[in-house]
Amino acid sequence: MAETVVPKIMKQGKVTPWLYLAPALIVMTIFIVYPMFNTIGLSLRDKSGTASAAVTCSEDGPCWGIFENYRYALTDEIDPSSPATIWQSFWASSYGNNIKWILLMVTGTVGLGLLVALLSDRVRYEALAKALIFMPMAISFVGAGVIWKFVYDYGTQQVQIGLLNSILTGLGGKPVAWLSTPGLNTLALILVGVWIWTGFCMTILSAALKSVPSEIIEASRVDGASEWRIFWQILVPIIMPTIVVVITTMVINVLKVFDIVYVMTGGNYGSEVIANRMYTEMYKNFHSGRGTAVAVVLIVAIVPFMIINIRRFREQEAMR
Amino acid sequence: MNIERLTNWFRHLPTHIVLILLCALWLVPTLGLLVTSLRPVQAVNVTGWWTVLSPPIGSSEYAQQCSTCHGEEGDAIPDADLTDPEVVGDYPRSTQLLAMLEKEIDGQPHLEDNPLPDAQQAANIAVYLKRISGIDAPPRFTANNYIDALMGYRGKRTYLEDCATGEQALDLNCNISDLLNPRGMGRAMLNSLLVTIPATILPILFAAFAAYSFAWLDFRGRQFLFALLVGLQVVPLQMTLIPISRLYAQLGLNGTFWGVWLFHTGFGMPYAIYLMRNFLGSLPRDLFESAYLDGASHWTAFTRLAIPLATPAIASLAIFQFLWVWNDLLVALVFLGGTTPVLTYQISNMVTSLGAGWHLLTAAAFLSFLLPMIVFFALQRFFVRGMLAGAVKG
Repeated sequence: MAETVVPKIMKQGKVTPWLYLAPALIVMTIFIVYPMFNTIGLSLRDKSGTASAAVTCSEDGPCWGIFENYRYALTDEIDPSSPATIWQSFWASSYGNNIKWILLMVTGTVGLGLLVALLSDRVRYEALAKALIFMPMAISFVGAGVIWKFVYDYGTQQVQIGLLNSILTGLGGKPVAWLSTPGLNTLALILVGVWIWTGFCMTILSAALKSVPSEIIEASRVDGASEWRIFWQILVPIIMPTIVVVITTMVINVLKVFDIVYVMTGGNYGSEVIANRMYTEMYKNFHSGRGTAVAVVLIVAIVPFMIINIRRFREQEAMR
Repeated sequence: MNIERLTNWFRHLPTHIVLILLCALWLVPTLGLLVTSLRPVQAVNVTGWWTVLSPPIGSSEYAQQCSTCHGEEGDAIPDADLTDPEVVGDYPRSTQLLAMLEKEIDGQPHLEDNPLPDAQQAANIAVYLKRISGIDAPPRFTANNYIDALMGYRGKRTYLEDCATGEQALDLNCNISDLLNPRGMGRAMLNSLLVTIPATILPILFAAFAAYSFAWLDFRGRQFLFALLVGLQVVPLQMTLIPISRLYAQLGLNGTFWGVWLFHTGFGMPYAIYLMRNFLGSLPRDLFESAYLDGASHWTAFTRLAIPLATPAIASLAIFQFLWVWNDLLVALVFLGGTTPVLTYQISNMVTSLGAGWHLLTAAAFLSFLLPMIVFFALQRFFVRGMLAGAVKG
């Protein structure tokens, strides 16, 4: 970590480095550092940011004083009447939805990405297959939302122009309102997320797999190991660091998911996630206190993964 | 093909099946969008896009119930020529058609011993009659959706038809200036370009300076500052929106291009510096040492050595930042909104407030894909390289 890559001969005045850094540091301070502190400050204040959040407490309800906005952000969606309803309402809340997103989307993208990376390595149309899977990364989430909204379309007449419902009715079933059935809609949205991000995981995992020395694999084949065993006991352990990186990156991405939900359901029918809730509080209800409190909850959820990121960076630096 | 190759091929069969299935799953939704955007509106709303190559609606019902007497072309009975628009014009819907079929002709039932068609069949036959008589014969494919989307046409027919009859809406002039109609995708595309190009150049410029400093200059707190930068990469966009929009409200920057350019510059900075610094830092050290020995200043080393050598990193970065800004919705939504609609904003607006209109929506979405697709397929190599260098952004 403490290495000096700078040639001694190039030592310069004390000011020069800061001149080169200045433009970048100034914009980062204004657009990232200042807003972070300001967000924390605003989250302790009322609707317009003029008075302490404590004044917004209702007479008879519970009150967290200056942390009133956090009480709202954390408990408003929870129904506290019994342990069962607490669990149910939590699982259906924006937090519960975000957890579903993380669990399913990270497993989906990493699993499928690994599968495609492994399989495409053995075929001649590797480049084409990878380009197809990767393509959704180039288009906007909004565009992907339109593509899938059309797939999920719920026709009102006898005709189904949505692919999925058309297949269902063709098989003799009833059409399903994929995007307006609570519970089901979150799964439908996560599928869109998997469709978009699998290419990202595939590309990184594929590069890692290709860097595994072929002698190791050949040697274990000679020793009679099955492909299955080679995969689990040789390939996976070798590329484990990369898998961890992909997983942490995906968790951070998923925590911030906004556009897909905004375009496809608008957060209605119980499909809301944390980022959408922040947007609704701030730009629909115009409550900057509650909006920023939700944003702080989001950053707190991200911090552990940020620490993992920095730690990985330090390890990389140590190896340089 | 010898036996060995054949068995080898069969051994790989599961691989091919799974892979091709996955590729199809990835391709089909986008294909559906493309096909739909090229179909006339009448067809989009009543049949699925996968039927695009099948015979027209009502042709099978017609063949079954009508063609024995009226002929396959519809003109076998001169007194009831179904290719004559005046004859068919009296029966535009299933109810009129059914009423006519119930009447007797020369004391005989119209359909002789055959049962009457049901309402759905009759409706399909009516559609088919309109097609063969030329009253309403939509083509299989059309470019009208793209024209309508570009010009921001929102009427019941098409932009070209309205302009031909001079019945266009008040906000359309039926000339090239319609491309700038604020409701259209043409204007949105221009806005997207105006947002994206400076928002790509500025961060790369700033990041290049900072990255050079991190890689080849020595100063106190270098390692600490860089570690901080790595942490800043994952700060969510949502966290910074509210304070910045309040700041912009005071400075009068809300709804201006400068507001979005600066925001994207600030937000793209950590990743851009990270990538550039790693690239510059991996350049051979002798290069910089000898340049310095030859009397080059840091400015010369930066402009003549570092920047030209960093072209691959700059290319990766440019693609990333370009796609990121072009595809962004949230920043455009908050800081530009409806005053200067960009592509993503326009599309999301069409989805949320205009309801259906799949023919326009699909065309609009595809228009927004054009540039990213070109960039992606032409420069895929740089894109992948940039991603492998550690893409943690957003």
